[in-house]
Amino acid sequence: MSRTVGPTKALPPGRYGISGLLASEWTKLRSLRSTMWTLGLTVVLGIGISALATAETRAHWSSMSLGSRLSFDPTSTSLIGVFFGQLTIGVLGVLVMTGEYGSGTIRATLAAAPRRALVLAAKAAVFGFVALVIAETVSFLSYFLGQALLTAPAAHTTLSSPGALRAVAGSGIYLGLIGLVALGLATIIRHTAGSISAFLGILLVLPILVHALPNSLANQIEKFMPDQIGASVVSLHQSDAFGAWTGLLLMCGYAVVLLVAGGVLLVRRDA
Amino acid sequence: MIEAKGLTKHYGSKLAVNQLSFSVRPGVVTGFLGPNGAGKSTTMRMIVGLDAPDAGDVTVNGRHYHDLPWPLHEVGALLEAKAIHPGRSARAHLQMLAESNHIGLKRVDEVLEVVGLSAVARQRAGKFSLGMSQRLGIAATLLGNPEVMLFDEPVNGLDPDGIRWVRNLLRGLAREGRTIFVSSHLMSEMALTADEVVIIGRGCLIAQIPIDQLLAQSSQRYVRVRSPELAALKTALELAGATTVLEEDGSLSVRGPDEIAIGELAASIPVVLHELAPQSASLEEAFMELTEDSIEYHGGSGTAPVQSPEGAK
Repeated sequence: MSRTVGPTKALPPGRYGISGLLASEWTKLRSLRSTMWTLGLTVVLGIGISALATAETRAHWSSMSLGSRLSFDPTSTSLIGVFFGQLTIGVLGVLVMTGEYGSGTIRATLAAAPRRALVLAAKAAVFGFVALVIAETVSFLSYFLGQALLTAPAAHTTLSSPGALRAVAGSGIYLGLIGLVALGLATIIRHTAGSISAFLGILLVLPILVHALPNSLANQIEKFMPDQIGASVVSLHQSDAFGAWTGLLLMCGYAVVLLVAGGVLLVRRDA
Repeated sequence: MIEAKGLTKHYGSKLAVNQLSFSVRPGVVTGFLGPNGAGKSTTMRMIVGLDAPDAGDVTVNGRHYHDLPWPLHEVGALLEAKAIHPGRSARAHLQMLAESNHIGLKRVDEVLEVVGLSAVARQRAGKFSLGMSQRLGIAATLLGNPEVMLFDEPVNGLDPDGIRWVRNLLRGLAREGRTIFVSSHLMSEMALTADEVVIIGRGCLIAQIPIDQLLAQSSQRYVRVRSPELAALKTALELAGATTVLEEDGSLSVRGPDEIAIGELAASIPVVLHELAPQSASLEEAFMELTEDSIEYHGGSGTAPVQSPEGAK
């Protein structure tokens, strides 16, 4: 410690900003073994479940009724595993934020960068990007593997089939957005258990409650549920639900609303 | 330089910090003393902008913390030792902080070296002892080579070697011209580390004084005397206006005259002295005296009501 300082200490030009915070968030994300495990699990289980579902269909193809064969959707079947990823990506989205609160790292983070909205923006950008890359990896690999397993005479599609590319790319985007929804919830709630409960509640319990409503009302509300949006993204069949892109736009809206609400609270609350 | 003016903070209906004003100047170690729950940590959190004051204002080098262009280059703060994700390595923890303020990896390795954690830099912090976590927290404060440094209870959990190391580090940092603000409930530790102390009780400022003055003005200052002719000396001292107490171990505690006056008096009788030892009151005692009325949690007094804030000096 022979360094000297004094009132004349030279500071770097300008001010800390988004570039440093992005690097910082990237280091945080990749330096936790739990993150890597969760991402690995998302990829392996996602592809594995998709492969199982398609292989199972192929194995029973000869005994399936004509009706089942005609209504079989090779694209969505091969993307089933992507929806398993909702749980792992969602939990990771929660942990990225609540892990900081639980450990107290948030105070080191915010002391290093007191402009809190900027910190959240960097976190959302880094996590959202990683989630999207992982999700697209899962959905494309699931799709290709699934279609390869659906050998003749079973029906299969290619990316140039109508709606197939939309379904594959769209389900990746859906998964990335689910991660941001979870991050937004966690920024508001701050506790791991509470945030995961809220996330699973919205994803799994809320649709059941809505379904219990009178039919006329349920039909109006159901299409706003994330699980319905997810289903409409991969489905090639028309339904009452929103179209794939409208649905994804709505998901984007959910993520933005939750992140903005979380950001406002982050700025206002004591850390 | 840290300047607090009228800082006030409530948590719910509880007043944690009340109209607190003080200033911490560069070049010396300023201790921040107070009983547990006095508002020390709250004050430190307000200095670095983690908690917003309900009233009043605090600035670092004339600026609000939020407006600092490069916070880690200007202020280093150790607020709690265990504020590290248990799954992250020491090096990754420092790296992510460094990157946010454009500090290079070379500096990360440097500060790990300074605090003696190089060998365990890649181990997960969850396995660290409290002492190692403290060292990691201190490493983080050094990252930006800042001019202003805050330490909340930095010697907690350290062994005697570690305590001496922190003491020397803090004194060295102050000698380099930095502003060092360090809280502790170990009053005796502050006596060895701090040049000046800010004392609070129940969120209110009790005193901001140089540590020497705190010790000197304490009524507990006395001289311990041993002599084979203690009775004669005792009488002479009392005639000269001193207060004396014969202790159980056979020594005489003398309040009033200092050791020079007592020695000269003994020589003039003459009386042989076996010991003539000025006792500064421990800071602990001086501190207890100052904060007597403002202890938040009285122990052992059963149902005795906690004093109202108005009762605090």
